[in-house]
Amino acid sequence: MNAWLPQGTVYGTLLNFRREWDLWTPRMTQDPHKAAPKAPVLYIKTANTFCPAGQKLLLQDGVSEVDIGATLGLVIGAQAQVVGAVLLNDWSVPHTRYYRPPVKFRCRDGFLALPQQVTPGQPQDWSALQIAVHRNGERVQTVDLRELMRDVPTLLADVGEFMTLQPGDVLMVGTDCLADGTRPRARAGDQVEISAPGLASVITAVGGAA
Amino acid sequence: MKHARIAWSGAIHDAVEADGQLLLTQGPHAGRRVSFDEVVWLPPLAPTAQARTVIALGLNYADHARELAFKAPDEPLAFMKGQASLIGHKALTKRPADVAYMHYECELAVVIGRTARHVKKADAYGYIAGYTVANDYAIRDYLENWYRPNLRVKNRDTCTPIGPWRVDAADVPDPMALRLQTTVNGQVTQSGSTADMIFDVPTLIEYFSGFMTLNPGDLILTGTPDGIVNVEPGDVVVTEIEGIGALTNTIVKA
Repeated sequence: MNAWLPQGTVYGTLLNFRREWDLWTPRMTQDPHKAAPKAPVLYIKTANTFCPAGQKLLLQDGVSEVDIGATLGLVIGAQAQVVGAVLLNDWSVPHTRYYRPPVKFRCRDGFLALPQQVTPGQPQDWSALQIAVHRNGERVQTVDLRELMRDVPTLLADVGEFMTLQPGDVLMVGTDCLADGTRPRARAGDQVEISAPGLASVITAVGGAA
Repeated sequence: MKHARIAWSGAIHDAVEADGQLLLTQGPHAGRRVSFDEVVWLPPLAPTAQARTVIALGLNYADHARELAFKAPDEPLAFMKGQASLIGHKALTKRPADVAYMHYECELAVVIGRTARHVKKADAYGYIAGYTVANDYAIRDYLENWYRPNLRVKNRDTCTPIGPWRVDAADVPDPMALRLQTTVNGQVTQSGSTADMIFDVPTLIEYFSGFMTLNPGDLILTGTPDGIVNVEPGDVVVTEIEGIGALTNTIVKA
């Protein structure tokens, strides 16, 4: 069986976990943000980021370290309804400023690690999902989808207010940070595994430019 | 040559401009000519196997950067759009009832022709298939300072008309010296020249291909000069670029 590739556009959601939201709250009203975000803050993972199951992430072009972004991707079918889900590793170059769009941080080649296949289901199937993140066999994070600021139905409704998700699109619910606001990181030589009950794992070996 | 993609006679066709008509170039009606008014105009782009990357530039003309009270950026200010935001020539764009300021942005759109990675400025034109016109509407009421410009402003349904033509790169001898103009109900509201881009097309291709792969069919919307004004339901907005085409769009109430 061929490894899964998204058929449509992949969208990510920023600041959708309570812990990161709370850490940001004192700064949200300061410059340059001036106010807390009202609509979902989204970004796009372009097709060059798609890294099918079994392929390595190659760190290059001056990037030596990446944030691990364990998340759930909702796979969209007809009428913008969720028809399945995937675990994803939404890699990013570590960045602490959320003012300008994150193209250079998030749209690099291979920066979206994909599983072998989609798991069919409905949003409620994953509303209490626990996603485990292992780096070189050691657990470095547990992501709990009960901690979402906007749960899946709310996120879908608020996104749908201004754009219609198309069949084949994927909407990622967000990535959580650690207690100190950072995310677990990976470097060349690391192996990172994202896993959760009932879903295909995402296992990625990280390599560096020769 | 000027390429179009149209719906006509119950199917989608590729066509080229021929003596003020559309000449169908493939399918059961290949060779037939149809008039501009008989067809539905789609974005003039061949389908891609995976989601098309649509890069857009903010503040890429010095005068527009001034107009929005920003200093010119020292590296391109780029954001991504989903391809589902694209619609064709002569389409309807929705303006929500509760907003105060929605404006067009006339932009030269570059269509990538072959896979580009680590391309040098001097070689960049070799990676371009052609050019078209994009109107990258924005609704400023929804602007928030988080990944700004945020998707609620820039990735709305119906808010990125593109077309009518994809013009072969070979037919555009100097893409960096084209007049741009927008009219609203026939009145000129925006005019400029691609010569005034802060980051020109070869610089943009070098910049983006320096950290990401651009694939055939990907788009770069290169930003807009000053002269943006609010548009209301019923307004007919024509964004035009010399030698590329005049893209017509009508605003309707959402």
